[in-house]
Amino acid sequence: MQLELSPEDAAFREEMRTFFTTEFPQEIRDTVLEGRHLTRDQIVESQRVLNKAGLAVPHWPQEWGGRGWTDLQRHLWHEEMQRAGVPVPLAFNASMIGPVLAQFGTQEQKERFLPATANLDIWWSQGFSEPDAGSDLASLRTTAVRDGDDWVVNGQKTWTTLGQHGDWIFTLVRTDPEVKKQAGISMLLIDMTLPGVEVRPIELIDGGHEVNEVWFTDVRVPGDLLVGEVNGGWTIAKFLLGNERVGVAPVGITKRALATLKDNAGDRLDDPLVRARVVELENQLLALELTALRVVAHSAGGEPHPASSVLKLTGTELQQAVSELAVDLAGPASIASGADEDSPLPGWARRSAPTYLNLRKASIYGGSNEIQRQIIARSILGL
Amino acid sequence: MDFTYDDEQQALREAVRGLLTKQYGDYEVRRRTTATEPGFDEDLWRRLAEMGVLGLPFAESDGGVGAGPVEIGIVCRELGRVLAPEPYLTGVVLAGGLVSAAGSPEQRAEVLGAVAAGERVLAVAHDEPEGPRWTTAAPGTTATQEGDRWLLTGTKDPVLHGARADQVVVTATLPDGGTGLFLVGANSDGDAPDRTGYATYDGGRAARIVLDGTPAVPLGDPTTDRSGTLATMLDLTRVMAANQALGVMQAQLAATTSYLTSRKQFGVTLNHFQALTFRAADMYVSLELTHSIVDWATMTIATGDRDALADAAARCALQTSRASRHIGQEAIQLHGGIAMTAEYSVGTATAHLTVLDHLFGDGDHHLRALAEGVTDHDTLEALG
Repeated sequence: MQLELSPEDAAFREEMRTFFTTEFPQEIRDTVLEGRHLTRDQIVESQRVLNKAGLAVPHWPQEWGGRGWTDLQRHLWHEEMQRAGVPVPLAFNASMIGPVLAQFGTQEQKERFLPATANLDIWWSQGFSEPDAGSDLASLRTTAVRDGDDWVVNGQKTWTTLGQHGDWIFTLVRTDPEVKKQAGISMLLIDMTLPGVEVRPIELIDGGHEVNEVWFTDVRVPGDLLVGEVNGGWTIAKFLLGNERVGVAPVGITKRALATLKDNAGDRLDDPLVRARVVELENQLLALELTALRVVAHSAGGEPHPASSVLKLTGTELQQAVSELAVDLAGPASIASGADEDSPLPGWARRSAPTYLNLRKASIYGGSNEIQRQIIARSILGL
Repeated sequence: MDFTYDDEQQALREAVRGLLTKQYGDYEVRRRTTATEPGFDEDLWRRLAEMGVLGLPFAESDGGVGAGPVEIGIVCRELGRVLAPEPYLTGVVLAGGLVSAAGSPEQRAEVLGAVAAGERVLAVAHDEPEGPRWTTAAPGTTATQEGDRWLLTGTKDPVLHGARADQVVVTATLPDGGTGLFLVGANSDGDAPDRTGYATYDGGRAARIVLDGTPAVPLGDPTTDRSGTLATMLDLTRVMAANQALGVMQAQLAATTSYLTSRKQFGVTLNHFQALTFRAADMYVSLELTHSIVDWATMTIATGDRDALADAAARCALQTSRASRHIGQEAIQLHGGIAMTAEYSVGTATAHLTVLDHLFGDGDHHLRALAEGVTDHDTLEALG
């Protein structure tokens, strides 16, 4: 048992911190630190700066830009980015389809897509959820039917985050309706500019346009864009959803949000009830961060440390709780979400309620928190 | 950064677990033991001494083993797992720690050697019926000097294992202010204090100790204010109490999952009901978060930084308090009526957690202290 980082890891952290705070574009960091929305161009620029420095896809295989870091080093990289207000690499590219193609793709697919994916020359969207396939993902109904060398796709995906920016979409489609539902699913890569692909915005409770429906009507997809085996998609989906150990819990971003909140709170921090809420949150975040460290330091081989399952659950709950406190501290100013920039009310206070409402999503996506409890109960507790 | 035990630490854990499971693996033995005086097993105490466990925290020059906080934490966790009623936390960790920190070289060798050998049981008399709680002050007990002699007057209650103890470390307000530390009991010259022992609701033992001009021996230099020493030893003991509570909670969750997979109602085992399994999952979340912070606080002791320890102890105690109520209450509820009975371990485990929660400061106590310093930092840094 030892608390300190090894000299090597401490030096690594310092190297990350220095890069993120001195070499990364300040304007993008300011946008993140002030809680404003990033534009598509800013997200792309951000990832290209990281990629140029070898910091966009460090967890990929080394021949495709990976760095061969330990889980702990990846954790430090991830936390330092969030601490500095550097947007983390686009998850759909860096955490989802990239590792999948590196693991299951053909050599041709790897060469065609991986460099462009790392550099965000291709913006990927995720086409998994459907109106009738949420937590029960395997009941998805979008079909792909073989026609010559092509697949013809029909159906509807939903909750496609930032799909309005997407160039390509990785989808789970039903390629065999006759077998057990998990056994008839394949993964197909679809160019979103193809005829028959339509992206329709969904307006959310925060007033923003973050997610979309994606409709497929007789979309012809070349056969070489199927990933892995035909009807092997469920294995890939499980790999994609379950292989992450680093960055599962939003620790750094929530710590920063709470620190910003304390800064903004001013005199309201003199209220003992407010102070008590802050202390409880800080303490739970500390316990969460330490748990994340236990997980990255001691996940052996392919299997994550069992405690990893608490990270998403607790991390999203705390992220939501901090956003809730922000609304309470903003008070009546939280109502003025539609006011213009001439408003005498501070920006953080005007943005607090939409942020609070937006973050209700966190306990729903990525395997809802009820799914997380199911995993804990079944896999860890044997119930 | 490393959250695992080395080979020697694992061997210690296996040895202590082996001994304690043999003794208290059957809960009925614990129940019988606490039904009679002195409320723990003197033979087990001697065997713990033979194993070196009672001397773990003390320097080799004082007759101890010179082990670190991780080793002491291992012992406390194992004691917690079986609800062992032996007076380790207060008698060895806190009382021995105070002698170790404040005693003269002669006192350390004499007292700690006897403690390590299992020949002498110590207690700490600090809590008082009136006045502030869980601080370093002892306003209701005064120390006065009469020639070469020191005399103590005041009432201490509750004093854990205060009736059985051979010697008691007593806190008292010094003539010039501040808190002094004194030894009272078998080896003090003159009259012993009036001690009234009783059982606590978790099967433990405590006593009321009335000092009335009772002769006492100062630990080390009698004119030194020991508030700082006391504060640090209380912080260390808070972390060890959290280790003990963690052991209790681990056992409670294990008992609960075992019960849910064996007990049948409506023709099926209880784990078929998601309303129950989700609550067990939430217990696991509380347990793992607590495990992380207890490990962290235990390692913080080893840094030797008193301020860092004070902060870590408060944070660890706050989380442990919240978790022990959650897990303790849910363990009973998920078992149902059986956990209300004295013959089953789970209810007593919750009782024991409640004692641990109120020994050195509950969650709200530490929350209040931490709230004072909430503007001293932007963020908390787990890795410093």
